[in-house]
Amino acid sequence: MSRSPMQIWGAPIVLAILTTIGLVSALLGDGVWDALSAVTLGIPCLAGAWYCLRRRPAPRANG
Amino acid sequence: MSPVSLRRWGWIHKWSSLVCTIFMLLLCLTGLPLIYHHEIGHLLGNEVEPPVLSTPTPPGNVDAVIASAKELYPSKKPMFISQEADVPEIWHVTLADHMHDHDYKPIAVDARTTEVIVEPAFEGGAFMSTMLALHVDLFMGLAGKLFLGFMALLLLVAIVSGAVLYSPFMRKLDFGTVRKEKSSRLKWLDMHNLLGIVTLTWLFVVGATGMLNTWADLMLKYYQQNEMAQILAQYKDKAPTPHTASVHDAIEKAKARLPGMRVAFVAFPGTDFSSEHHYGIFMNGNEPFSSRMYQPVLIDAHTGELTDAPELPWYLKALLVSQPLHFGDYGGQWMKFLWAVLDIGTIVILGSGVYLWVKRGKHANASAKAAAHERPPAAPQRVPALAREGEPS
Repeated sequence: MSRSPMQIWGAPIVLAILTTIGLVSALLGDGVWDALSAVTLGIPCLAGAWYCLRRRPAPRANG
Repeated sequence: MSPVSLRRWGWIHKWSSLVCTIFMLLLCLTGLPLIYHHEIGHLLGNEVEPPVLSTPTPPGNVDAVIASAKELYPSKKPMFISQEADVPEIWHVTLADHMHDHDYKPIAVDARTTEVIVEPAFEGGAFMSTMLALHVDLFMGLAGKLFLGFMALLLLVAIVSGAVLYSPFMRKLDFGTVRKEKSSRLKWLDMHNLLGIVTLTWLFVVGATGMLNTWADLMLKYYQQNEMAQILAQYKDKAPTPHTASVHDAIEKAKARLPGMRVAFVAFPGTDFSSEHHYGIFMNGNEPFSSRMYQPVLIDAHTGELTDAPELPWYLKALLVSQPLHFGDYGGQWMKFLWAVLDIGTIVILGSGVYLWVKRGKHANASAKAAAHERPPAAPQRVPALAREGEPS
């Protein structure tokens, strides 16, 4: 069964928005802005690492 | 997406990335130590530390600082003096034979006692300066920069075309699916797509700002021949005069003109950052954003009078904003770490891309099948295209 555009692009769009927040926030200030940047940039990194390194694919993964 | 446009985007993605891959790999590998250049400098002992003084000492006279440095190389002339924002105890003086000398002598002078601290390793030592040269211009000056800028443009094309191809490849898959059990090619294809889409925004920003930085020299030349030339029109046909004005007083004048700002560097007459007749005093703000911006103050190097304090034009401001976005040096240790992680992720994308190209035998086939699935009346029992291009792994 085909995925709808939202199913395909939902997660990438969220990650793109998080990355953008992360890149901009640290420019605006230090302290809490840097922390926000670390979290929002960290999520895409964690997502990439998690899906690449996990042992078993999710049950539906073979679609 | 029609099979024809899929094939076109596939072709664009393949060739734009194949041409730039080897250079991008080089940029990723050399960029990795550059993220941590301060830490590596400390580790190698190439980072200068201000000496601890027994009593708090106010900053000394800048002319004395320059004189101390010149005692080491009496025949050379100062080209720049600079101060890092968080180390006001040190003036970094560069001495050179002429104002475009690449083989300049860096000397660290104590800003308080005006005594020479050390002649530090040139550009952070052999290792770091090699990394920097390979990253910036491949030892080929402006031509190397512009070449790498063109490679960065190809990277941007590869990123956009890769994003376009993401959706036909993911029609049958959940986000994050990595099919490890089917075949090695399939596993790397999935990881390539996953890491590509995860790092998309970051890599686009770093690639675009990197490209912008390759044009820095050209922007500076343009600035000198246009805005700067207009400001200094009265000096156009002026005969050279001796640069006898005090640099210390020039700095004080600049500070008085722009209260609350600090001196980042002073460019001596004849460099790319000043005129033949001026000290270019480049001031930084102290807000997170304005500390990235420079405001030049031009002081006549003969009379010591302030000529002008012009705002930088928009394109140089854009360049200055783009630099931290490329370097990843504006968000503390976590940002550096994430920059390194994303850099390594990019290396995996590049490597897997080459691997997928080498093992491309069934690629065209797979793309065609993926495209076929876009069209509704596909054969009912057709297996998911990319799931079943199975080859023994």
